[in-house]
Amino acid sequence: MTELLQNLIDGIGRGSIYALLALGIAVVFGVMHLLNFAHGELITVSGYAAFWGLDAGWSWLVVVPLIVIVSVVTSLVIERVAFSRVRGADQFTLLLTSFGVHFVVSALFLLYVSASVRNFPRPEWGTNTYSVGSLNVEVFDTVVIAVTLVTLAGVTWLLQRTTFGLSLRAAAEDFDTARLMGVRSDSVIRGAFALSGLLAGIAAVFWLMRAGQTQPSDGIDPMLSGVLAALIGGLGSMRGAVIGGFALGLAEVLLRSRLPDSIANLTDGLVFALIAVLFIFRPQGIVSVPHAERV
Amino acid sequence: MLDVAGLTTAYGAITALRDVDVHVGSGEVVALVGPNGAGKTTLLATIAGLLAPSSGTVTFDGARVTGAPPERLLRAGLALVPEHRRSFANLSVEENLRIGGVTVPAAEREPLLDEMAERFPVLGEKWSNPAGYLSGGEAQQLAIARALMSRPKLLMMDEPTLGLAPVLVDAVFELIERLREDGRTMLVVEQAATRMLELADRGYVLRSGEVVASGTGAELLARDDLFETFVGPTG
Repeated sequence: MTELLQNLIDGIGRGSIYALLALGIAVVFGVMHLLNFAHGELITVSGYAAFWGLDAGWSWLVVVPLIVIVSVVTSLVIERVAFSRVRGADQFTLLLTSFGVHFVVSALFLLYVSASVRNFPRPEWGTNTYSVGSLNVEVFDTVVIAVTLVTLAGVTWLLQRTTFGLSLRAAAEDFDTARLMGVRSDSVIRGAFALSGLLAGIAAVFWLMRAGQTQPSDGIDPMLSGVLAALIGGLGSMRGAVIGGFALGLAEVLLRSRLPDSIANLTDGLVFALIAVLFIFRPQGIVSVPHAERV
Repeated sequence: MLDVAGLTTAYGAITALRDVDVHVGSGEVVALVGPNGAGKTTLLATIAGLLAPSSGTVTFDGARVTGAPPERLLRAGLALVPEHRRSFANLSVEENLRIGGVTVPAAEREPLLDEMAERFPVLGEKWSNPAGYLSGGEAQQLAIARALMSRPKLLMMDEPTLGLAPVLVDAVFELIERLREDGRTMLVVEQAATRMLELADRGYVLRSGEVVASGTGAELLARDDLFETFVGPTG
């Protein structure tokens, strides 16, 4: 029982990061129908910002807001430079563009920075633990879960209580009709990319704190996790993206801890197999978006 | 108020509208009728900025607005109630109305919401319900109320009775009549052509993307040949 609770906490901690990444992907997908495979590059760029900041002797207290700002700005720049030019294009073009951005960003770091891994110090408290009864809880997991919950509460408030949030939800449902209501397409798309960048930035802080290193190909894993979580949750649903993130994190941790050591390295494969089974029975993902109108 | 001159719109190689002229004067109710595929929806979508015309001009309230984006046209006072209502199914009735009033200053939005709740009691009763669960008639009222939230100078409606049961069709026509009595300027595409022409000041008949007849409602209704050929039997 204790081990299961321990795994659940670990899974929720890991899933929190996936949830933030998936929510960022879902927000952009909602308004542009773009499955953004370049989302992970926000982690890559943030990773180098963290490395340079820490290398210059800055503390994590300074580097954390730097990472978030860099992620938001990078997201807006990518939208301006790449995606604004293919707005309204078919999904295949959007998909290719996002792959293009992904490869260009990692190639730029490869060419102009270095192919080698850059290490930086993890925060000192990152490995601290505390006990709750028989449970041994990492301070890091606690912080990740708490920050994620606060972030999700903030995003919920933004989406439910502000004109921007209302515009974003309307545009996610029917972009043309939202424009007919006066919602400015530029504002809502840039707002979506800024929000996506903010969520990726917060995820990047924890991703990088745990990794303690960065390299040009760093965007691939978070991108895959984020996209998978968004798909599991149900593409087009922001609530689904969050659920998908937690589900993926829990599945990874529970499988890794429960599988015999001899096949533990098959965890990722088994996670993919589980996802495939899910899509056979629920191709729309866990949450389906209702579009019911009775006549 | 609205002048459409020589408007041509194409979907790729297919020309959906050809050299169309339409005029809507201030305070007028103008009907746009014709058989399926005549280009009525394309005309409204082009005027509203959802489609870019190949040629021709759209002048609204004295300003040339050809090809302007919908969000700009709405701010200029031109609102469209789209075909199939297109309510935001996942948003509540209130949120649908709020998004309709997104261009209105926040301080003026609340009185407008109260006005809509009073004017459309059924919406007031279902204020917090998701719009996706409204009946067709309720959803149509919501679509019209949502458009009114922007305080438009010209209200365009695309097939407001499409897919509704006869009793609900009556309710929608009563609503259009009430809006007319309020002095609203309207351009309405409607399948129930006879009924719409009886209500309208003037009308245009479209066929295969071209205006083939225009005149007062009474003049067009007197031409049985038009209805038998383009719209089907009257009644």
